[in-house]
Amino acid sequence: MTKEEFTKMKQELEAEYLAIFKKTVAMHEVFLCRVAAHPVLRKDLNFHVFLEYNQDLSVRGKNKKEKLEDFFKNVVKSADGVLVAGVKDVDDFFEHEKTFLLEYHNRVKDASAKSDRMIRSHKNAADDINRIASSLYTLGTQDSTDLCKFFLKVSELFEKTRKIEARVAADEDLKLADLLKYYLRESQAAKDLLYRRSRALVDYENANKALDKARAKNRDVLQAETSQQLCCHKFEKISESAKQELIDFKTRRVAAFRKNLVELAELELKHAKGNLQLLQSCLGVLKGNT
Amino acid sequence: MADTVRDPPPDGTDFHELEDGEELFPEPAAAPEESQPASLPAEDISTNSNGPKQDLLFDDDPEDLFAEATEEVSLDSPERDVLLSDGPSPAITPITPPTSVITPRIGHAHDDMFTHSSFDEIEEEEGGDSFDIHISVSDPEKVGDGMNAYMAYKVSTKTSMLLFKQKDFSVKRRFSDFLGLHSKLASKYLHVGYIVPPAPEKSIVGMTKVKVGKEDQSSNEFVEKRRSALERYLMRTVKHPILLKDPDVLQFLESSELPRAVSTQALSSAGLLRMVNKAADAVNKMTIKMNESDAWFEEKQQHFENLDVQLRKLHASVESLVCHRKELSVNTAQFAKSAAMLGNSEDHTALSRALSQLAEVEEKIDQLHQDQANGDFYLFSELLGDYVRLLTAVKGVFEHRMKTWQKWQDSQMLLQKKREAEAKLQFTNKPDKLQQAKDEIKEEIEELEGKVQQGERDFEQISKTIRKEVSRFEKERVRDFKMIIVKYLESLVLTQQQLIKYWEAFLPEAKAIS
Repeated sequence: MTKEEFTKMKQELEAEYLAIFKKTVAMHEVFLCRVAAHPVLRKDLNFHVFLEYNQDLSVRGKNKKEKLEDFFKNVVKSADGVLVAGVKDVDDFFEHEKTFLLEYHNRVKDASAKSDRMIRSHKNAADDINRIASSLYTLGTQDSTDLCKFFLKVSELFEKTRKIEARVAADEDLKLADLLKYYLRESQAAKDLLYRRSRALVDYENANKALDKARAKNRDVLQAETSQQLCCHKFEKISESAKQELIDFKTRRVAAFRKNLVELAELELKHAKGNLQLLQSCLGVLKGNT
Repeated sequence: MADTVRDPPPDGTDFHELEDGEELFPEPAAAPEESQPASLPAEDISTNSNGPKQDLLFDDDPEDLFAEATEEVSLDSPERDVLLSDGPSPAITPITPPTSVITPRIGHAHDDMFTHSSFDEIEEEEGGDSFDIHISVSDPEKVGDGMNAYMAYKVSTKTSMLLFKQKDFSVKRRFSDFLGLHSKLASKYLHVGYIVPPAPEKSIVGMTKVKVGKEDQSSNEFVEKRRSALERYLMRTVKHPILLKDPDVLQFLESSELPRAVSTQALSSAGLLRMVNKAADAVNKMTIKMNESDAWFEEKQQHFENLDVQLRKLHASVESLVCHRKELSVNTAQFAKSAAMLGNSEDHTALSRALSQLAEVEEKIDQLHQDQANGDFYLFSELLGDYVRLLTAVKGVFEHRMKTWQKWQDSQMLLQKKREAEAKLQFTNKPDKLQQAKDEIKEEIEELEGKVQQGERDFEQISKTIRKEVSRFEKERVRDFKMIIVKYLESLVLTQQQLIKYWEAFLPEAKAIS
């Protein structure tokens, strides 16, 4: 490989690395801000340690056993979820949320997948422009006619526009695709919350039924009563916090979408304008020469 | 038809081709014949005067197998077609410096023509002329049914050149007509060194789809691709000053009925003949070792080889770009739909509206990408494809030069052998057979000397022609590339401007989310 090809490749790799780095950093930031903004989670000791401890946190990854446990838990949860989902909720708010979240989650999943595909095609097109630029460069150096300067200028132009196109793809990725991915997971988390609440509701109703049965048989009434109290308490607590969380979720979602969509539009504009300027100046030079 | 008279006179070496086609037409009885130079015969050139000469020429040129092929076509109207597609006879023309220039100036002193001895001067004069001819291929129409169906294209010519009878006319042609035109031109001009633009390629798959009658996207695209390729082919052919005046070209553009070019069918006998020829040529190319006395040719051949490699690479990259942009357009459309659905299910009204706006923007952008992909293709990619094919024609011309040299060398060697045989005869002891044998050998030697001279002349001529053609080709290439690339960049500018418009419209919507 010639020196220039080598430097070019190095630059490309650096740009790619930078893009991925930006993405990861943004994700982390969003996560930490979320935790900090939450009234309960922000008080968590683990969180404080994470933020303040100025030496290496030795975090152990999940070993095989724990991974297997997680896997089984997921299976059980999904089976249970199906059962629990059938239960009709008295509370309108939660009923509405359930239907909404289900639909929303599916659509976000779809949108996220499609936006990923779109961005990948964009990157492919940018790569092609890169190859075209280098072909034009070789053509320009080989040609002995007027065309050589022409080709070299156009090759230079394509190099620059390709960089911009690649940046457009990266920004779209950052602002749009990541947003959708994040809300995919958020909506999943919200769904999980609702599931837990439904679980608690089912437990509460079961406890009620058990209490009635115990009262009828006049056996273990006290035990049934305490368990029913517990379930009721749990259910009400979870309902309350769930309501708050879901409302927060909505506000957060709206704010995040707004921020990202605005930034997306601004970046697209910036890049399009930059591209336009490059193209126009190159055209001016080419037309001036001919 | 008046076309019969277009044939240049077979006699006289110092003639020039028709300057004013009109003058030779039999209809205007008061044709200004006085302004014709003396060497031009009366208007109706009978075929007979051409007949014997033709046979000789046919026999003389064993490698011009196309000559036989064109005879097949001439079955319907032997008179006209034999004249028009009479292969070798225009070969006579380039021997003298091409003084053949179209001048629409009627009645100008043709003495001007005689004094123009260099091609460059002629080119300047042409530049002064308005080279004003514009051909468009349009309105593809399916004619017929089932497997015998074909697409007929309308070929419209607008011109102010007096070579043509009218200023504005159109005819209907089908694809095999174009191929037939190309094969006729190739048989006439390639072996004397003119770069004949190649016709668009046959595509059995594409045509079968059209024949079957599927009115879908891909067959429409195929027809559009072909139409555009045919238009470019015709424009390139008429840009060549010699080819423009060729009677076959004129007949193609003007006459309403054209004999069916059967020899272009893939499975015809002529098609098989072509394949055999190609194989023979490939073998020949490897066996001919030429002493290149002229460095110019070597340099040019190398240059064209490099150019070929580079253009192919570039073409591949551009095709890949077209493909990815089309993909991008499809994916953007899908994303737009998905975003619209998301907006629908979103219950916060402002956000919902913003998401639908986003969906709309993306839909418009997808259309933009589609248009850009088409621009990429029709402007850039097809230009490159055309030039890759043109370069094969250029290389073919160089090969013909080698073959001409080979022929010359062969006849020289034969002459040498005969001379040696003659010398040997001097020393034999059979006096009775001697005289007869000596006479025979003398005849053969004379004939061979003539051939050697002819071969040398041919070689010089083809070398000269190639030089001119190559310089014309390079000029064209520079012009074409500059023009197309500027157009392409302009299309990119348009795309970016549209993008800016769309995103600027979206931004306030996004900001409006509360």
